[in-house]
Amino acid sequence: MPAPQTVIPLWRDVRVLRILAQVIFVITLVLVANWFYTNLSRNLGRTGIHVGFDFLHLTAGFRISEGISFESTDSYGYAFWVGIVNTLRVIGIGILLATILGLVAGVARLSTNWLVCKMASVYIETIRNTPLVVQLFFWYTATFLKLPNVHDSLELPGPIYLSQRGLALPVPHLTEHFSSWSYFLVAGLVLACAVYVGRRRYLQRVQRPGFPSAWALITFLGTSALGWFLLPRSPIAWEVPVLSRFNFEGGLQFTPEFAALLTGLVVYTGAFIAEIVRGGILAVSKGQKEAARALALNNLQVLRLVIFPQALRVIIPPITSQYLNLAKNSSLAVAVGYPDLFSVANTIINQSGRAIEMILFIMGSYLIMSLITSAFSNWYNRRIRLVEH
Amino acid sequence: MQNREILPPPMLRIGPLRWLKDNLFSTRYNALLTFLAVVFLYLTLHPTLEWVLWHARWDAIPANLKLFLVGIYPMKDVWRVWVCVYWILLLLGLSGGLWGRLAREAALIVGSGAILLLLLPFSWMERLWILGAVLGLFGGLSIGWLLRERKSWRKDVIILWALSPLIVVLFLGGLPNNPLLSPVGTNQWGGLMLTFMLAIVGIASSFPLGVLLALGRQSSLPVIRWISILYIEVVRGVPLITVIFMTSIMLPLFLPAQVRVDQALRAMVAFALFTSAYIAENVRGGLQAVPRGQIEAAKAVGLSGMLTTFFIVLPQALRVVIPANVGQFISLFKDTALVFVASLLDLFGMAKSILANPDWLGRDREVLLFIAFVYWLFTYFLSRMSRRLEKALGVGER
Amino acid sequence: MDCVETRMSDPIIVAEDVHKWFGNFHVLRGVHLTVSRGEVLVICGPSGSGKSTFIRIINRLEEHQRGRIAVDGIELTNDLRNIEAIRREIGMVFQQFNLFPHLTVFENITLAPIWARKVKRSDAEKQALELLERVGIPEQAQKYPGQLSGGQQQRVAIARALAMQPKIMLFDEPTSALDPEMIKEVLDVMGELAASGMTMIVITHEMGFAREVADRIAFFDEGRIVEAAAPVDFFTAPEHERTKLFLSQILHH
Repeated sequence: MPAPQTVIPLWRDVRVLRILAQVIFVITLVLVANWFYTNLSRNLGRTGIHVGFDFLHLTAGFRISEGISFESTDSYGYAFWVGIVNTLRVIGIGILLATILGLVAGVARLSTNWLVCKMASVYIETIRNTPLVVQLFFWYTATFLKLPNVHDSLELPGPIYLSQRGLALPVPHLTEHFSSWSYFLVAGLVLACAVYVGRRRYLQRVQRPGFPSAWALITFLGTSALGWFLLPRSPIAWEVPVLSRFNFEGGLQFTPEFAALLTGLVVYTGAFIAEIVRGGILAVSKGQKEAARALALNNLQVLRLVIFPQALRVIIPPITSQYLNLAKNSSLAVAVGYPDLFSVANTIINQSGRAIEMILFIMGSYLIMSLITSAFSNWYNRRIRLVEH
Repeated sequence: MQNREILPPPMLRIGPLRWLKDNLFSTRYNALLTFLAVVFLYLTLHPTLEWVLWHARWDAIPANLKLFLVGIYPMKDVWRVWVCVYWILLLLGLSGGLWGRLAREAALIVGSGAILLLLLPFSWMERLWILGAVLGLFGGLSIGWLLRERKSWRKDVIILWALSPLIVVLFLGGLPNNPLLSPVGTNQWGGLMLTFMLAIVGIASSFPLGVLLALGRQSSLPVIRWISILYIEVVRGVPLITVIFMTSIMLPLFLPAQVRVDQALRAMVAFALFTSAYIAENVRGGLQAVPRGQIEAAKAVGLSGMLTTFFIVLPQALRVVIPANVGQFISLFKDTALVFVASLLDLFGMAKSILANPDWLGRDREVLLFIAFVYWLFTYFLSRMSRRLEKALGVGER
Repeated sequence: MDCVETRMSDPIIVAEDVHKWFGNFHVLRGVHLTVSRGEVLVICGPSGSGKSTFIRIINRLEEHQRGRIAVDGIELTNDLRNIEAIRREIGMVFQQFNLFPHLTVFENITLAPIWARKVKRSDAEKQALELLERVGIPEQAQKYPGQLSGGQQQRVAIARALAMQPKIMLFDEPTSALDPEMIKEVLDVMGELAASGMTMIVITHEMGFAREVADRIAFFDEGRIVEAAAPVDFFTAPEHERTKLFLSQILHH
């Protein structure tokens, strides 16, 4: 029989030791933090700086010429908000374009065409192996600022104008006929839904595969096109940029700073996405392809039904982290003078001397962005796992 | 009995025409792609080549070469930089001789790079220095080759590598009251040398911190685990540039007033804080790759938790994550360019300051292309090596 | 079902009413077992019956939540010294070998004696050679585990466990990850070990081994020991229906 339970001495009890280790850890951390804090308050006291957020209401006294309108009489707080909006703008457009570029380059990298494959790999290897900030600086000072004067702008089909003052593109705007056209749009949508449901039921009844969504899409496009031609004048018109005395007016205009930042981010992130796409497609095992072939699926079906869904699963998580990298890299805007949140905060620090508060703001903003991204990515991963079971 | 003979496989040689057909014009769609690619190449390469050959003014580069390489490091002390380069090349040569193919290949590539440098129009003095470097490398290579059967040397060389950052920092920084190695403050370090120092000191100091964080994140003690996770996730959630910015402004505020920390050191602190979070995530991947059975077996033979971690878990985990950490070093090397926010004159900062000089106005393309090429050279070399290493480790596994 | 009677007097493992839950799942539902010094106990039973969990609890790889276990007079508690002492007394052999792949065979065997028992390196190495002789593979000492066959790896694992000079050896399905032609070489080593008087608890479905080597066979089902008897009685006259069913499934195919 086992001996009656004896009392364990505290210093040998695993449970006590575990708690003790954590307590010691926390005490050490608190001591270190306290040391930092004492130094900080002593240093701040010496230099007469005080910490607080009241300065956000003060007049900024500088101008921001990019994004939503901002005057030098507006407050610091509003200036930071303008910076956030500018950051989001470049991230949004950047993610879209980088994804497209990355997909194209990634698929090109796997092309059986030797020339296309080599071009894609030269692009990827060059861009991935040089610092982004050098590239941005290159796009800005050595490309966009070296473009001709506004009056001799390069005209690309569109018409798109490229000059030292940046990029000017035509922008679509709605005419007075748009309201009547919108009836066609609504009707098209309803019809499309009906066609989708009807076609799906039919396919289920006859037990055949097919593309009900394609049918719905064709219905919708057909109805809208019909409306477009029936109306006396087109419901959407293009507003073309026109050269006035100093600069272009009308249309959509991008400053060279924005254009350089966007180009740099897109080209850089695109190269990383391309590698991910390539890896994802290669990751689908050869056995899967062969099994699909053996089931007598054709090439397109193999790609659409077997390879693509599996590759997507591998691709999405690392691509999300590339999006996050793009968001974080957008802080390099400061190198080309684009007023994103980091660069605006930098200006605010120079003007007001409120370094601690502004650094907290900067870090907080990026942390929120990455929290949102990782929440999305966790949600997606969980969804994928559910599908597996 | 003729059909019993072993026959060679049918037709292996492929003529150039056949190659063109297979690789560029196999289908109509492929031919179209080739055509489009050729048009694109012509449109982009033609003006580029024309510019490179006729219009580019490369004079800014040889004129400022010293600034690009070592910044404003005192001219009379430049020999110390050379000694450090010799030291590293000697070690590289030794490892190339002692270890198998991969290290030898790295040594040979660096060696041929150095020989190529000899062909460029340097002054005789500079060529002599480069020649010394080449001799050091190949000397190390042959010594290592002669000693390759003695395995104990490998351990010594690894220890020398591990000590290198310390030796180099001491040598470049100098010692107070030493006539031979007079102190050179980090504010006088610059150019490519500073870029390398930032990257190497950054990775060397972030590695131990990263391993500790990874162990903390896997710890069974909740408080330690939460705090490690908090640190890792916060650091990974913010851009590096903000961390550099923060240390460059705030570090002095957090330290006692009499402690002086110059900008280069602040940047190194930023790299250490930042990179350690990423290293921690890499190492965590390695820790998770160690099967549970290994830990159980270690416990079952009576090893304590500490001994299990050091003898069983870490050796296996760290081996798996070598390629990932080389990748981390590569990206750190590129990221050193961000120290421009702390107004440091690393390779990129130096380029910016040269371009701001009225003498070299308008040489943006030339200067930026040059430094981009320098960065590319090192990162491409490292990433190729890391890919090879990954393969070598993968094959050695089972 | 309850207190299983022992044939030999001197008990080395005493387990009373041992319970264990994984989350809400009640894995062990009151195990009572006494093992005598020098006894060879074979445990069998369907998968998921808790037999593996039970012997991992004996080695404190898992913690039990109710009941009591004492090994050679040392009670299994949260006392750090007891845990270390018990692990020194008990050797364990796993189904998947769990050799350390980054160490040579020789280093696998000498690691724990040098660091956990603080044996002098030269002594540990001498002992390792003897143990490798004993399991029949002295020539493999400098190889890495990945270069050995499964049977050889398992014999190294046995030598590694013996290097701590344990009083008790636990075997968790030592042959089920092996190819058929390698099973015998491992069972032979285990048979010799049993003949040398080692106390052993073996989870296995090798009924031939059980018949020849075991002093007693215990049948586990649904977290309890349903039946425990000497091999002759166990095979010829099982008392419980579940035992009979299990035996018919395992012997007739």
